[in-house]
Amino acid sequence: MPMRYVDEYRDREKAQALAAKIATLCEPGRRYGLMEICGGHTHTIYKHGIEDYLPEAVQLVHGPGCPVCVIPMGRVDDAIWIAEQEGVILTSFGDLLRVPGGRGSFLDAKARGSDIRMVYSPLDSLRIARENPDRRVVFMAIGFETTTPSTAMTVLRAAAEGLDNFSVFCNHVTIIPALQAILASPDIHIDGFIGPGHVSTVIGCEPYRFIAEERGRPFVVAGFEPLDILQSIQMLLLQLHEGRSEVENQYTRVVPWEGNQRALQAIDEVMEPRPTFEWRGLGWIPDSAMQVREKYARFDAERIFTLPANRVADPPACQCGEVLRGTIKPWECRVFGTACTPETPIGTCMVSSEGACAAYYNFGRFTRLRVRQASSA
Amino acid sequence: MTQRTEKEVLERIERIRRRPPKITDERITLSHGSGGKATHTLIEALFLDAFRNPLLEPLEDQAVFTIGSARLAFTTDTYVVSPLFFPGGDIGDLAVNGTVNDLAVSGARPLHLSAGFVLEEGFPVADLRRIVASMAAAAERAGVQIVTGDTKVVQRGKADSCFINTAGIGVLERPVRLSVSAARPGDAVIVSGPIGDHGITIMLARGELGIESDLRSDTAPLTELVGLLLDAAPSTRFIRDATRGGVATICNELAEASGVAVILDEEAIPVRPEVRGASEILGIDPLYVACEGRFVAVVGGDDTDAALAALRSHPEGAAAALIGRIGDDPPGLVLVRTEFGGMRIVDMLVGDPLPRIC
Repeated sequence: MPMRYVDEYRDREKAQALAAKIATLCEPGRRYGLMEICGGHTHTIYKHGIEDYLPEAVQLVHGPGCPVCVIPMGRVDDAIWIAEQEGVILTSFGDLLRVPGGRGSFLDAKARGSDIRMVYSPLDSLRIARENPDRRVVFMAIGFETTTPSTAMTVLRAAAEGLDNFSVFCNHVTIIPALQAILASPDIHIDGFIGPGHVSTVIGCEPYRFIAEERGRPFVVAGFEPLDILQSIQMLLLQLHEGRSEVENQYTRVVPWEGNQRALQAIDEVMEPRPTFEWRGLGWIPDSAMQVREKYARFDAERIFTLPANRVADPPACQCGEVLRGTIKPWECRVFGTACTPETPIGTCMVSSEGACAAYYNFGRFTRLRVRQASSA
Repeated sequence: MTQRTEKEVLERIERIRRRPPKITDERITLSHGSGGKATHTLIEALFLDAFRNPLLEPLEDQAVFTIGSARLAFTTDTYVVSPLFFPGGDIGDLAVNGTVNDLAVSGARPLHLSAGFVLEEGFPVADLRRIVASMAAAAERAGVQIVTGDTKVVQRGKADSCFINTAGIGVLERPVRLSVSAARPGDAVIVSGPIGDHGITIMLARGELGIESDLRSDTAPLTELVGLLLDAAPSTRFIRDATRGGVATICNELAEASGVAVILDEEAIPVRPEVRGASEILGIDPLYVACEGRFVAVVGGDDTDAALAALRSHPEGAAAALIGRIGDDPPGLVLVRTEFGGMRIVDMLVGDPLPRIC
């Protein structure tokens, strides 16, 4: 099958037309802070140079929706501790391998002799468990509602197969409590939200209603191609221009308004909300994460192992929390690009390609500045 | 604390990036083998520091020196690809072509290769026979002879089936002096064909992604193509085959060593639809994906058309393309104008734990 579907969402002429509309919607003297919640959007914005199409008055604020970025160091250490136990194979998505805990990253643990393997899907962990019946295979489960269903389905599959040497170390988080936490912080300047497309395929658009109706911020669920993002920005500015504050769905080709009931049922069958969970940089947020239900306890690494559960404070120099809340730009962090770089990250935002700091460092450095200089010259 | 502007922060970062690298890791991780920043740090801070000499110092893919009246090129490379056999080739082809190409891109005619094998106890002789036959065929195609070698066998589990090292020498019969530090503003950046075929083929051949495709490795000797280029474009400054780390890594090495900006045009970079599709799914940029039969060349701007015509006259260079220009600002950086019309930086790869591809 020829995979050419992406091209129509990257058309320059359409981009220029949208950019012109965006410019006319900006009221003179007004500044617009728009938060893209999802790290996938942050990555797209920098990778394609979308900011080059935006007027100075529109500032994109990078949100907390990068799953790797919000994992606290203590959970990374716990996972490494699991990997160090006799007979354990720890499986993980690739972008987590370099995330620093208090005792180094998964890659460092691997170099010390732990058996840590990269997988592309939690189902790959089941295969490893089948092939290694005398080992204990633990999947490091992370992510928002986008990836939670596949972890839940994997547990259900393991239960159906009776694959008792498999378990998950559940670190799944939920987006709504994080948004509530951000909206509650006093120092934010956000006029509207570019909503997370992938998460919304699962939870739908209804849960965001309080943001539009009670908090008065327009909210547009957006796709991941550059034109999707530009169009969402245009939709947000149009709402602001017309004095509306609604939840709109730009990503209708993928996101059903009511979400995916089967995925939600699978999550509900296997998992339940935790009373509280620590987020990197944001601290403890009530009801913001999922844990495995008692019924599936034999697949729950937190019940199988007695975890040290050490709390590891974020390094004092790290300002990931402020970056994740959108109160500072990546380059405004004290250690950005000097002590904290993609090679030697201090904070998680510098690790994942979806992290705001890594995206800005790897792709965005200089370019917007130069475009601005060139256009003012 | 005084408030710094974005520009000041960025300038400070560039100053820090130019400092000599230091190794802070206590152990070797897979990042050190990725061909990206960690590999460069290891080479510069450990190997170069210990072995320092004028031939090694430029960190080219081969050393060029004179013995008597002959200018010789000398290089070595080690192959650990997994799987050993993949569409379009196997570890044997790679081990010959890779070393031949490291010689050819200096302008040399490759002559003789050595071959060292590290074999794991239990490795099937039939597989070894197949690999050796590929090496013989690749050597014949490239016009080189394998003239010396070595074999070691290690206990089961102490190596993964078969590793091969090859070294090679070649002779420079043209008066060319190609160098990674020779690019100048106004020069053209050319690639000899579609990029990323090899790396994506290997990732798909591992079968972990469940994607089927007809993609084949591009492993091939580049000697003829380099010869055509050098004949047609006397102003050629630099050629390097785009192996581990891909085109992006070469452009970064070029920008840094020559003190220039490399400005690429994403739309002009030839990428097969299958490579593009698989890269989208994997979340990687084809610019970083390895080739085994493609090179990046820098030629004087006036020679651009002649260079492209010469390359396109050869089957291996049919899709050769002008992918960018050398500029003067910002020095040391690679920028790409995206297909979407924005600009972004293309940085050196930071140790993505990708599978063993060569």
